[in-house]
Amino acid sequence: MRRSAVSSQHSAVSTRLERSGLAPRRRPLIMILILLTLSTLAFAQDEAVVLKGGKLLTVSHGVIENGVLVMQGGKITAVGPAGAVNVPGDAQVIDASGMTIYPGLIDSETQLGLTEISAETMTNDLVELSDEIMPHMHTAEAFHAESMLIPVARLNGITNAVVAPESEDTLPGQDSFIQLWGASATEMLLIRDNALPLNFTGDQRRNKGAFEKRKYPSTRMGLAAQLRQAFIDAQDYKAKWSDYERKKADAAQNKKPEPLAPKRDLKSEALIPYLEGKKIIVLAAESPSDLETAVNLANEFKLKFVLNHISHSQPVLDYVAGLKVPVIVGPIYELPKEDERYDAVYSLPAQLYKRGVKIVFASYSAHNVRNLPDAAGFATAFGLPHDEALKAITINAAEVWGVADQLGSLDVGKTANVVMANGDPLDVKTDVKQVFIQGRAVPMTDRQTQLRDEYSK
Amino acid sequence: MRFMSTRKLALHCAWLMTLAAAAFGQYMFGQSVTSGHHDVVIKNATVMTASHGNIQNGSIYIKDGKIAAVGANVNAPADAVVIDAGGKYLTPGIVDSHSHIALDDDVNEATSPVTPQMIMKDAFDYQDKAIYRALAGGVTTSLLLHGSANMIGGQAVVIKHKFGESRDAMLFPNAPGSIKFASGENPKRVYGSRDQLPSTRMGNFAVQRQALVEAQDYMREWDNYNEKVKRGDKDATMPKHDLKLEALADVLRGKLMVQIHCYRADEMLTEMAMAKEFGYKLRAFHHAVEAYKVADQLAANNVAIATWADWWGFKQEAWDAIPWNAVIAMRKGVRVAIKSDSEDYNRRLNQDAAKIMRYGGATEEEALKMITLNAAWIVGVDDRVGSIDVGKDADLVIWDGYPLSSFGVPEKVLIDGEVYFDRSLPGLGTTRYREGE
Repeated sequence: MRRSAVSSQHSAVSTRLERSGLAPRRRPLIMILILLTLSTLAFAQDEAVVLKGGKLLTVSHGVIENGVLVMQGGKITAVGPAGAVNVPGDAQVIDASGMTIYPGLIDSETQLGLTEISAETMTNDLVELSDEIMPHMHTAEAFHAESMLIPVARLNGITNAVVAPESEDTLPGQDSFIQLWGASATEMLLIRDNALPLNFTGDQRRNKGAFEKRKYPSTRMGLAAQLRQAFIDAQDYKAKWSDYERKKADAAQNKKPEPLAPKRDLKSEALIPYLEGKKIIVLAAESPSDLETAVNLANEFKLKFVLNHISHSQPVLDYVAGLKVPVIVGPIYELPKEDERYDAVYSLPAQLYKRGVKIVFASYSAHNVRNLPDAAGFATAFGLPHDEALKAITINAAEVWGVADQLGSLDVGKTANVVMANGDPLDVKTDVKQVFIQGRAVPMTDRQTQLRDEYSK
Repeated sequence: MRFMSTRKLALHCAWLMTLAAAAFGQYMFGQSVTSGHHDVVIKNATVMTASHGNIQNGSIYIKDGKIAAVGANVNAPADAVVIDAGGKYLTPGIVDSHSHIALDDDVNEATSPVTPQMIMKDAFDYQDKAIYRALAGGVTTSLLLHGSANMIGGQAVVIKHKFGESRDAMLFPNAPGSIKFASGENPKRVYGSRDQLPSTRMGNFAVQRQALVEAQDYMREWDNYNEKVKRGDKDATMPKHDLKLEALADVLRGKLMVQIHCYRADEMLTEMAMAKEFGYKLRAFHHAVEAYKVADQLAANNVAIATWADWWGFKQEAWDAIPWNAVIAMRKGVRVAIKSDSEDYNRRLNQDAAKIMRYGGATEEEALKMITLNAAWIVGVDDRVGSIDVGKDADLVIWDGYPLSSFGVPEKVLIDGEVYFDRSLPGLGTTRYREGE
């Protein structure tokens, strides 16, 4: 997880890096402490690192065979075909011939840092079930930077992710946008409260068990009414504070006694940036009826939203396209309905793409984040073009989360989150050989590789 | 895991299987290209035999549902139905050696920790669409097991995924019997939460040993009685027939193959010691996520494993699960199968096999065997299915891309020489089942 957590075990590539003095090495504790106090900028690699001779999947401007990529100061400083790129004289040059190089992958919904062992309750901080309206929960405040799950994901080239609460609440709390390596949570939490999930799939109903034991809201009507009330409360709250600020200014001007401030309400406060359209709502629905109800609710309050799942909305894809919003689609492994063809959900990404919808993928997982590219690859078997599948876990995701100026493609000026692998990033067989985050070579070890090495002897 | 959390956990814990499908419509014995034909030839395929390498531009001659010839050229009658594979890949049908589909909600008789008299065939819902969805993913045979709530669960049923056929036509003919044992967290949680025995691993093994001791006594009683009858003793009193102990006696007699749900290495050692103590054989450890820690001992005892490619961390006893488990165990001589334990993953077991090529460098054929021939051995039907060899059932998959990848998916699936799934067909793509008819 942290840079200090370097095992003695390395892949061939990282061994080569270590010999070159590029890879982080074991450092004395005092060094670690010093590093921990440094800023994100200082985390970046100062020395230029060059990947030479690989196949570059730039995502933004095509494929460059026999390409050269230069990283320095945490950024990509040059990208191009061999011969057309100036390599700094003092740079560490890594032979990447035979390798495929692509931008760090972005997982648009995970529970990284919110769980360790699913069945062990005390390791879970997934969702607060005491109420359905919990927008004042901040995943950033539960994010466990030292989770053993993060290096496992990172080793397969996932460098950034959205951390979201689980979906049993209508408004379960706010997401975070993270980088999967850093000195501490501070450096890894790139954006706190970047978005708010709004779940309307029926799973939020409190209708489990005997009829007489059901609690409000036990129906979709209840969920919708409760949600509408929450946004109306937030509107009122905002008006009350505006009114107060106006009276306060007036009092100051006219030397009158200061008015009493309204009581703070954290729930309503949390909703204001969303009511103002400053942040995005991640609107989750599966069936057409839930989708339309949720979209109508969002429009009622002029929320800015992206869609999530829509796994069983095949009959209304033209309607979806008409909304002109991106869709986090899937998981494509969601089982089709009983009367549907086996590939009804597998083919959803292709169906959306054909209608011009911008799609992104998510693992919707914590332990299986490393398998994010597998879903993208599988979607190509059902009609999604390969380039679009790669975009869905890189640049499209960066655009949805407002970080496309920094992430999602191999372009000069972007953060040097770069993956070097022995093949197609979307193939399940492809082995990631080296990951760079902010231009630094990530130690290619985790608890699992350590167990592997211990028992392979 | 947000969206799938509860469902996914349920899949991980076989004792909590999700609700299966409702009943469906009528059958229609529709026509496929192979329907009713005794002679079928598949030509122009890259044949991945799973037993003796690949054959480029290979052909297969199928006679009466069995593979009659395999090779670059085969002799077949002139009127044989010909399927041109167009250069695509042909593999044996996938065998899923650990499944709980098609049992509706009846996966666990979790009312007592020892229920060997449960016969899964009695719960087999042959209309479950999960059978179809797995078929569309290339699965032709599955071992349907009791869940892991009980230390000793019940007797498994082996099916062929002939979706649209009658119940009996879907049972794998004369498949050997298997019985499901379980250890570790699930039994101790299920009964511990009720303040019953077992609530610890010590309790688990005590319950198992007690049951086996009772079976020994039962066998002695019957042996004693039979001996008396043989001697002509007219006063001999016949002991009571007890289905539960009769099933366990079949374990001790070696008539049922023991399939044990087991995560931790230490428990595998204890289970092997217990098998030795009572003189029965273990067929396979299922899940077996720590097999890599005791692979030498597993190999020495000829116990196979049916594991996942890369599941981990969903419970404490899966914390040391690593994706290199399969290859480390295989290299040390353990027979390894990759199984699904899931109505999601059984639709793409080929991808999980491909992961084994990535994690540890299994060869293509080693990886393919893990979802075909090795799995068939665990089920006890490796002499009938699991590879493309003369004399075996013609359970075959034509893939539209390289199967050990993210990109190849089944185009046609044949069982006993008949096409049961064809991707190019409208509707569900099934030949023997029509929705709503």
